[in-house]
Amino acid sequence: MTMDRRTFLQLAALGGGAVFASGLAGGAPMAPGSSYDDFFFVQLSDSHWGFNGPKVNPDAAGTLPKAFAAVNALSEKPDFVMFTGDLTHTTDNPVERRKRLAEFKEIVSKLDVKTVRFMPGEHDASLDNGKAFIEFFGPTHYTFNHKDVHFIVLDNVSDPAARIGDEQLAWLAGDLAKQPKDAKIVVFTHRPLFDLAPAWDWATRDGEKAIEMLMPFQNVTVFYGHIHQENHKMTGHIAHHSAKSLMFPLPAPGSQPKREPVLWDESQPYRGLGFREVEAEDKGTKFDIKELPVRA
Amino acid sequence: MQKGRRLVLSMGLAAIAAGSLAFAQAKPRVVKIRAKRFTYTPNTVNLKKGQPVTLELTTEDIVMGFNAPDFKLRGDIIPGKTTALTFTPDKTGTFTFLCDIFCGDGHESMSGTMVVT
Repeated sequence: MTMDRRTFLQLAALGGGAVFASGLAGGAPMAPGSSYDDFFFVQLSDSHWGFNGPKVNPDAAGTLPKAFAAVNALSEKPDFVMFTGDLTHTTDNPVERRKRLAEFKEIVSKLDVKTVRFMPGEHDASLDNGKAFIEFFGPTHYTFNHKDVHFIVLDNVSDPAARIGDEQLAWLAGDLAKQPKDAKIVVFTHRPLFDLAPAWDWATRDGEKAIEMLMPFQNVTVFYGHIHQENHKMTGHIAHHSAKSLMFPLPAPGSQPKREPVLWDESQPYRGLGFREVEAEDKGTKFDIKELPVRA
Repeated sequence: MQKGRRLVLSMGLAAIAAGSLAFAQAKPRVVKIRAKRFTYTPNTVNLKKGQPVTLELTTEDIVMGFNAPDFKLRGDIIPGKTTALTFTPDKTGTFTFLCDIFCGDGHESMSGTMVVT
């Protein structure tokens, strides 16, 4: 008896993993016995390389390598890995910024995955409008296709005021004009495109414009980082999923006056940290998300 | 006599109305707030519901943001300039304002509160 990855993930969830099914409007239900060209990718986020705060994460230098080891140990190789920003922790010093980016790039070379893609977070890019990031990892916004899914990487951090900006929005409009309305579209951003918690700066000032452009498309899913925890939200038929961090968790949106990092818990080391597998099912119109922890 | 009393009453109401108008059109109270990485001074501002206020914002170092999302009030604070934001608090409570232009390590903690009574 063979088992597809989806069934495997569902069984794994029963064993303690967490699977979140992200159905997209417009996706036809899969007929029993039908086949599809499924694939999965891994989303990693907010590793904040260079962060120093023993009370928050006493294993700041060891957490990212542990996550990479966990990715390398997956029973199947992901088609690609996507880093959704804040690869490094911010610094005022341009030399130190480049040192952190170089160290991160060296560590990431340990990932045993053929294709690894990057985008910046505000910690990587907001103090120099993405200049250092581009030197190491290339463009901050781009598109690519994989199987039958169109992926769009949007940069809402190189402008320190958290704007996508008119120029990039025009670029987005041009790209979307080339897509059929039933295209399978996945968007990666760092900040949420919607107003998740404006009082904590968890928003994109002109994110609503991007969402408006995406609304005519039937199959759109957004994966983002920034808030250091899982969060699942719908804006109309568009699903938005935030990822956990690989350095420290943050409290639930608006749950306390300040967005202070959650302190390290010796009884539960690495609590709240992790990464995810995203399984594209049913010709890319539906995604199963499996959250995976970082372990000692 | 009755006519006279009516006149006095009318004049009294007119005076009250004028007083209300004067209050409504009162010059806004000015509150100065200085920003610098990664603080606002003062970082707690006490305001009165219904009383107009102008926040005069300056920065001592780099470009900062001021955002009070509960009142849809925001502005950029440019070095060497004063940003004036005038509004009338329409609700009581404690409300957060924050810097929404990334300014470095410590940006995430750059916030303050407006207490409206």
